[in-house]
Amino acid sequence: MSVPPVVSKTRSRLDAVPMPRRDFLGLAAAWSAGSALFLAMLGMARLPRAAVLPSPSKKFKVTLPETLALGAPFVPPGRAVVVVRDAQGVFAISQVCTHLGCIVKPAEDGFHCPCHGSRFGPDGHVVRGPAPKPLEWLAVTHAGGNTFIIDEGTAVKAGTKIEIA
Amino acid sequence: MSTTPPIVETAAAPATRRFLDNLRHTPREFLASAVRSGRPQSDRSRSSFVFSSLFLHLHSVRVHRWSLRWRTTAGLGVITAAAFVITIITGILLMFYYKPYPDVAYLSMKDIHFVVPTGRFIRNLHRWAANVMVVGVFLHMARVFYTSAYRRPREFNWIVGMGLLAVTLGMSFTGYLLPWDQLAFWAITIGANIAQSPREVTDALHLTAHFDPGGLQKLILLGSETVGEEALIRFYLLHVMILPLVLCALLGVHMWRVRKDGGLARPADADARLGPPAHPVYPTFTEEPHKTYQLAAVVRGTSPAVGAGPENTVPAMPHLFWAELGAFMFTVALCLVLSLWKDAPLKELANAAVPENPAKAPWYFLGLQELVAFSAFMGGMGIPMVVLLGLGLIPFLERETSGTGDWFGGPGGWRLVLRSAAFGLGSVLLVETIAIHYGWIRQWWPAAPQLLITCLNPGTVIAAAYAVYSLLLVKRYDSTRAGAAALFTCFLCGYIVLTVIGVHFRGPNWDFYWSPSQWPVH
Repeated sequence: MSVPPVVSKTRSRLDAVPMPRRDFLGLAAAWSAGSALFLAMLGMARLPRAAVLPSPSKKFKVTLPETLALGAPFVPPGRAVVVVRDAQGVFAISQVCTHLGCIVKPAEDGFHCPCHGSRFGPDGHVVRGPAPKPLEWLAVTHAGGNTFIIDEGTAVKAGTKIEIA
Repeated sequence: MSTTPPIVETAAAPATRRFLDNLRHTPREFLASAVRSGRPQSDRSRSSFVFSSLFLHLHSVRVHRWSLRWRTTAGLGVITAAAFVITIITGILLMFYYKPYPDVAYLSMKDIHFVVPTGRFIRNLHRWAANVMVVGVFLHMARVFYTSAYRRPREFNWIVGMGLLAVTLGMSFTGYLLPWDQLAFWAITIGANIAQSPREVTDALHLTAHFDPGGLQKLILLGSETVGEEALIRFYLLHVMILPLVLCALLGVHMWRVRKDGGLARPADADARLGPPAHPVYPTFTEEPHKTYQLAAVVRGTSPAVGAGPENTVPAMPHLFWAELGAFMFTVALCLVLSLWKDAPLKELANAAVPENPAKAPWYFLGLQELVAFSAFMGGMGIPMVVLLGLGLIPFLERETSGTGDWFGGPGGWRLVLRSAAFGLGSVLLVETIAIHYGWIRQWWPAAPQLLITCLNPGTVIAAAYAVYSLLLVKRYDSTRAGAAALFTCFLCGYIVLTVIGVHFRGPNWDFYWSPSQWPVH
């Protein structure tokens, strides 16, 4: 068995200085206050993003005019959406350019963006320009007759058309 | 009985006489009490005139003759600060009438324009001073760069200056929305979507559903998904409160550091090149000081007289203040003339259904808009971030000493700058010509993956060409300064060319037109 080493009663200068209780309490108080403040700030970082965003309703009703030709674009007033009826049914394409949010204009060969020259085909695929994605197709519900409900908040797969009997 | 004897003088004159005397002396006494040091006549009172004033003591008491030469700075920093002062004064005046709410914002702008006496003029001044400020910031930065004045110990002040550049551009951008006209609405719509453009990358990687920093940035900027009342309030708050306060704080640090870092940078042999002053400068050290004082931990180096020979400084009061006043008055005059010459634009009321065509941002962002027209993310965020990072690293990556304080000093000199300018202009014009004439990847290969276009578009090609060119120059001149000068010059040229193209040669649908007179009528 080994003999336990003799422990000197006098403190070596290499020993750590024990922290006085007063210093410990002071440090603990400072760190508690600091972390409370930090967590409170973290909670406040939610402030710039409201729980409900003040956007207008994205669902709206549209009645297509009787005289609307097959395949001709119809733009409901005040909405950046093109509604088209063709032989297969009715569909809606968003007019918001996928590049930087300008409103594209319907043209003979599809859609032209006035801001940075993106061009889209009639079904919204990118033909040229900086747009990274095709135009969005939007969810359409038939509400009887010539009336349809369009939801700008819900995108559907390109080519989805609502058949009307 | 009182023990203090009565004052003889006051006892001699009747109180009414003393009252009149005091009244007569009040203006003089008031001035003496305000300017505590008395008339700045002697060298000593000129010093205390500066350091006993809250507003002047950002300046050093004496200023080197090199700093006062017109060609050292062209007064660009002071001109920029003066333009800021003008925007503050005119901005406060505009706030009397401007109402930051979508229903009335445009109407209040119309009021300012047509109803409020001098309203249009004040708004013109505000707008032109903001433009002068932007130009001033860029020119000032170019001056500091081309005189290598960012070097030790001024590295930190270069970074502060970049902060000032960013805040200046931010103030211009936020101010652009406030009129709530077509120009404002669509420029900010585009700007907010640039903030959202990281989606271009996250979409391509199918990450957006889980990780969408772009969408978050836009949402926080606008407070909504579209530019509306929340966005207007946010931009207003940033424009009139947050950014000006940040700018004031940074400006204070910037000017303070100019003084603390030893005044303006000057060549080591500035004294010899300046020669003896035309007028006797007091105090003149006619011989080398016998002693220097190491003011350890207080100032750097040995002070007060570092080095030897004539100190070659003159009192800041009046020499520096006259120069600053001159620059200030020049700025005021410039803004006045510009305001009388051309009104700030005000288009039709904002219409969320019909974009302005072409929708152009403020002119100093049109270089970026030209890049954005190739890739939203690279043009609007990627390349600007790389450029800002590169600018910030300059003083740390380039630590040479030759040519400090001299225009186009260091290896290569102005020849290198000219050569880089030629390369910079040539490559940006070549790439733009190809892009305008032949189109880009999407026209040749419609199914090209978006990531390819994001990584390989005219903007990135130009930036890469510049980077390679300056690396070659680092090698050729065996000098990091040569590379930095080449890179800075190239990017400056690229920025100018892209801005000119964006301002003048881009028309409806961002198509190329040789002149705005060829734009189709729509």
